[in-house]
Amino acid sequence: MSTSTIPTPVDPDARRVPPMGGFNLTVLRIELRRMLRNRRTMFFTLLFPAALFLSFGGQPNWNDNAGHGNVAAYIMVSMALYGAALTAASGGAMVAMERALGWSRQLRLTPLNPAVYILMKALLALVLGAVAITAVNVTGIAQGKPHMPVHVWIECAVLTLFCTMVFAALGVFVGYLVPGENAMQVLGPGLALFSFLGNVFIPLDEGTWIYRIAEWTPMFGVAEISRWPLTGDLPWTAVVNAVAWFGIFVAGAAWRMSKDTARV
Amino acid sequence: MTDHTRPADAVRLPAVRLDRVTKDFGSVHAVRGIDLELRQGEIVAFLGPNGAGKTTTIDMILGLSQPTTGTVSVLGHQPRQAIARGLVSAVMQTGGLLKDLTVRETVAYTASLFADTKPVDEVLDSAGITGIADRKVAKCSGGEQQRLRFAMALLPDPALLLLDEPTTGMDVEGRRTFWSAIRRDAERGRTVLFATHYLEEADQYADRIVLVRDGRIVADGSGSEIKALAAGRTVRATLPDADTDALAALAGVDSVEVRGDSVLVHAKDSDAVARYLLTETTARDLEITSKGLEDAFISLTAADDEEQK
Repeated sequence: MSTSTIPTPVDPDARRVPPMGGFNLTVLRIELRRMLRNRRTMFFTLLFPAALFLSFGGQPNWNDNAGHGNVAAYIMVSMALYGAALTAASGGAMVAMERALGWSRQLRLTPLNPAVYILMKALLALVLGAVAITAVNVTGIAQGKPHMPVHVWIECAVLTLFCTMVFAALGVFVGYLVPGENAMQVLGPGLALFSFLGNVFIPLDEGTWIYRIAEWTPMFGVAEISRWPLTGDLPWTAVVNAVAWFGIFVAGAAWRMSKDTARV
Repeated sequence: MTDHTRPADAVRLPAVRLDRVTKDFGSVHAVRGIDLELRQGEIVAFLGPNGAGKTTTIDMILGLSQPTTGTVSVLGHQPRQAIARGLVSAVMQTGGLLKDLTVRETVAYTASLFADTKPVDEVLDSAGITGIADRKVAKCSGGEQQRLRFAMALLPDPALLLLDEPTTGMDVEGRRTFWSAIRRDAERGRTVLFATHYLEEADQYADRIVLVRDGRIVADGSGSEIKALAAGRTVRATLPDADTDALAALAGVDSVEVRGDSVLVHAKDSDAVARYLLTETTARDLEITSKGLEDAFISLTAADDEEQK
């Protein structure tokens, strides 16, 4: 040492480890504000699904019976699922983008536990998913056509919210496969196609060849689950479909993530 | 765990301790056995050419990767535990920022992850970025982003600060301000380890220089000690089957190196070496060059592994 000052010794045990692996509300607040600032996210979350509902939900047979409600309610639940799925997928894709930017590496220089990071991201996806679902539902109420018992209304919304986790996992997976801003370019049309095949936009006729293919696609199962309180009908194939796709997307995301960690 | 560390023990507790550390990536041996102990309050330059193993070693100190063999401890803790306590910070050269957050949000986000931090405003102020606190990171210049990275690193008041090529892209004035701030903190006990491939910078600002080459430490000492290695001149001559022992025995010879048919003698008294070579041996094509700091660095870190004192 060239200086004559005697350095103050550092007592490493005087330092505390943050509780709950670094989980905190400040991060959630900043992340939420960040997402709400993103015009594209807000468009896909709030405006697009609501606009789709208004255009599809106004068809002539809107007041026909559909389970415990009417066709407009059926379409509203479907559109809420579509909006929430898009939102969750874009949230998932952001995780991959943050890794590409080196932000994940930066976070590893803090006490934040990686599992807590994923947990906070999942919570944010749920919050945004809820915003998307609420947006479509509020549009539905304002428009006045959808009709179903209140408890069915709530049950559908809650089930839809949980179903969006499938697409959060898909978003992470695709975010790794197609890095950067391009992920949404793939996810947007991709989810639209899945929604079409998943009986979300237009009801497909049972027994047709397209229906047979559709039964295997990722939106089909979750759509059936989301509408279950309304239709009162849940084929076991739909549950298998939803669980299987969730497993595939989580495995895919975990696989790409572990590949990526090797080089971080 | 050292639960009852008294201050007196803490002085002796090394800031970093690497014990026979190696790291392989498949068949590539990035680090081939490093023993290193950094005392608290030292400013240490980690000097070496690209690919010498500097970044790999720093990653292990940060707990970002695990050594293949050997152990790493930071202030008596495992690296990850030291990070969890906010004892270690690092500033990387590029990346590591979210472009759509503001400067203040980035600092507040990072601060929220530590148990003990300095106030966000204080850190913004001392990094000189209060004026751009509400600016998006994407709109900040490279220099402003670098200041932001420093602000983030200083939040937990780390006992150990790791810097990767810290002053790349800074002008002379920026460099001077930066290093005087670093030295002030070191005087209060903070240990600083910075990776660089500029000997000049290492010599000017570090208390101690650790030279690495091919994943090993090839020299470790103060700037003047490293410079002493560089003092004198190099005599090169073509001399097949040189008697290296006889050359090394000459007065003032520091090292003798054989490269193919050439012999390189590094000596304080190059005249004596030249006289010997020309009169006592069959040496020809004799050249005498003086060694600057950069040459010393190059010769100490040159990639070939032939005889080297």
